[in-house]
Amino acid sequence: MDLSAINPVLLVASLMVAATPLLLAAIGELVVERSGVLNLGVEGMMITGAIAGFAISVETGSPYVGILAAAIAGAGLSFLFAFLTQFALANQVASGLALTLFGLGLSALMGQGYVGIRPPEMARLDIPVLSDLPVIGPILFSHDPVLYLGLALTAGVWGFLKFTRGGLILRAVGENHDAAHALGYSVIRVRVLAILFGGACAGVGGAYISLIRVPQWTEGMTAGIGWIALALVVFASWKPWRALLGAYLFGGINVLQLNLQAAGVAIPVEYLAMSPYLITILVLVIMSADKSGAPASLGRSFHASQ
Amino acid sequence: MTATLLSIRGLTKAYPGVVANDSVSFDIQQGEVHALLGENGAGKSTLVKMIYGLVKPDSGTMTWRGAEFAPPEPRAARASGVAMVFQHFSLFDALNVAENVALGMENPPPMRDLAAQIRSVSENYGLPLDPDRIVGDLSAGERQRVEIIRCLLQDPKLLIMDEPTSVLTPQEVEILFRTLNKLKSEGTAILYISHKLEEIRTLCDHATILRLGKNVGTCIPSETTAREMAELMVGDTLHTPTRTATEDGAPVLRINDLSLSSANPFGTRLKNISFTVHAGEILGIGGVAGNGQDELLAALSGEATSDTNTITVNDAPVGHLGPNERRALGILAAPEERLGHAAAPDMSLTENALLTGALRQKLTKNGFVNWNATRAFAERIIKAFDVRTPGPDTAARALSGGNLQKFVIGREVLQNPKVLVVNQPTWGVDAAAAASIRQALLDLAATGAAIVVISQDLDELMEIADHFGALNEGRMSEIHPALGLTIDEIGLMMGGADETEGAAA
Repeated sequence: MDLSAINPVLLVASLMVAATPLLLAAIGELVVERSGVLNLGVEGMMITGAIAGFAISVETGSPYVGILAAAIAGAGLSFLFAFLTQFALANQVASGLALTLFGLGLSALMGQGYVGIRPPEMARLDIPVLSDLPVIGPILFSHDPVLYLGLALTAGVWGFLKFTRGGLILRAVGENHDAAHALGYSVIRVRVLAILFGGACAGVGGAYISLIRVPQWTEGMTAGIGWIALALVVFASWKPWRALLGAYLFGGINVLQLNLQAAGVAIPVEYLAMSPYLITILVLVIMSADKSGAPASLGRSFHASQ
Repeated sequence: MTATLLSIRGLTKAYPGVVANDSVSFDIQQGEVHALLGENGAGKSTLVKMIYGLVKPDSGTMTWRGAEFAPPEPRAARASGVAMVFQHFSLFDALNVAENVALGMENPPPMRDLAAQIRSVSENYGLPLDPDRIVGDLSAGERQRVEIIRCLLQDPKLLIMDEPTSVLTPQEVEILFRTLNKLKSEGTAILYISHKLEEIRTLCDHATILRLGKNVGTCIPSETTAREMAELMVGDTLHTPTRTATEDGAPVLRINDLSLSSANPFGTRLKNISFTVHAGEILGIGGVAGNGQDELLAALSGEATSDTNTITVNDAPVGHLGPNERRALGILAAPEERLGHAAAPDMSLTENALLTGALRQKLTKNGFVNWNATRAFAERIIKAFDVRTPGPDTAARALSGGNLQKFVIGREVLQNPKVLVVNQPTWGVDAAAAASIRQALLDLAATGAAIVVISQDLDELMEIADHFGALNEGRMSEIHPALGLTIDEIGLMMGGADETEGAAA
């Protein structure tokens, strides 16, 4: 066992990378759920984004076009969900599960020609002086742009929900869609936009895995991150900063346990592998004990009868 | 002052199967309080929704100060100066007062300025309200203030109020009327929807009466008796419930120092409640909604169990028994929420009859349902209580509120209860149906049952109750004989202050 092999600076830098797909998917789903819609298709949208981003990057040679394509693919798949649940008034739980299954199958089909290829690499931020600072440089100023996008989205969503009229309307729709309708707000429009945003975020999160974190394509490579994101939103009490904390906690313990495994710590691998799930959920359960509740209209279909 | 503000001509709106409004015409003058009267389903709500832009009329025109007026959405109506206070409050529980107000405005100022505006308007009109409080924690009266202030901040020319007093204490009603009179004196027109006739007589200048979607008459309320207006509404002569004087029988239901936490996180805890109901007696329990009514019903019906001896029926302790065990002993209950609590919305009336009647009517045998007997029971309820429905196979959801209420009450009354507890037995029910439900309760009491009626409607309680008590924050006031109680005394009991006032009557 050699714990000195673990470099704390690299550990923090890589936990940020490990947490980003989860953070992106969770922030998107948080907005969707705040508008009163429960989309269980996060996993399906992520994996679709992962292959769409990967394929387009390989074909065009540009990772940025790939990320954009992933956002469009995720939003496109979520539009299917929006159509089913908002216009056809299908059950949200069943539609979301179907979306996940559909996404997994579709991505496997699309990805057949892309196994074993390396995608073009995304340049990392390189600011003279700042990026060369010891400790702070590698942690704060040497990442890829999408990681910063994730942080910016967290701040943006928080500010949007707290300070803007649009955010107030979104929360109102999620809280009591009948009252929002009576006041003249278009419940369906708000929800469709939220669903599309959530889909785009999940798509980018998926592409982050296939393009940056594990730069390759494997079938089913999102490996349940979408489900973790769903749980994270609930345990984060629908608050963006708590989602960030949860994502970094999960990413951090994940990276740490991999490092511990590599260092040969005398704990069975299975326990180490399950530790991120256990600890993240435990911490967030304790934090969500204040019972700040779910959006009251969450998961309920809205129909403007009369 | 007498300029016509809004003129409605031949407004018609049909839904599949019903004509909600059939060429309705009337005028609203500036600075008048205009009452819109009618039974449930007379089309009052549809009419005001058309004025507010929520529903588009099929035909007919509206003119606003001489110009054509056809708001495509509420936003446009609000821009013209129409504001509306909804019957079921259009508020968001998890948001605070200022956020709720902002959602009802076109161009709200920044939150800090808005909070200041809310404070100044609320002081101006005598409606105290703190902009930072979470709406979920407010009382019904305070919630209504939020709605009213939301309207007032937009400086409305026409304020629509849909049954505003149904959830208020008499004192709160008085405050509301003062506010409305002040608005009127400032030149605001008010369209006031209600079926409480005495209120309309004191408040309103003109009244338009709707029946089955048609305008059946207008009157000047202060010069018309309540009975005349009621008969215009119903289109028939009205039967007032009659009661036969009964001697108080032996004590049947006894509550001894009942304290119980609510299952609902926003609910009210019951605190040290004690009372006794005798055979043949109707105990009326008043109080503003949310002061422990739902919890008291749950405790009496067995949905919430308590300590064995806190509730006794004919000296047998039942506090620890669940609903079915209590039903077997003859303790029946009809909760307030018709759809989802008293009846399963998507199940047929036959199935709903089975749900509470299975035990006492012996509708099941060895775990199998006797559908013929169940259907016969449902048909008996429909016949005895004049439930208007195509038949017992209709889904509960398809019935109008009043008809379903008759079914729900009838289902319990026909099981010959020894103790019957009902919450809001005539809530949202029109005058004729309400009268027949009250009559059924009186008749049941005459056969020797002990009845507890929990209601927000004081007129109803005064009409049928022998004794009256009020719930306030989960505590029960002293129980007084209903005869001779004044509205002031009742208001004080509802406010939890009757101890200082001394016993009434």
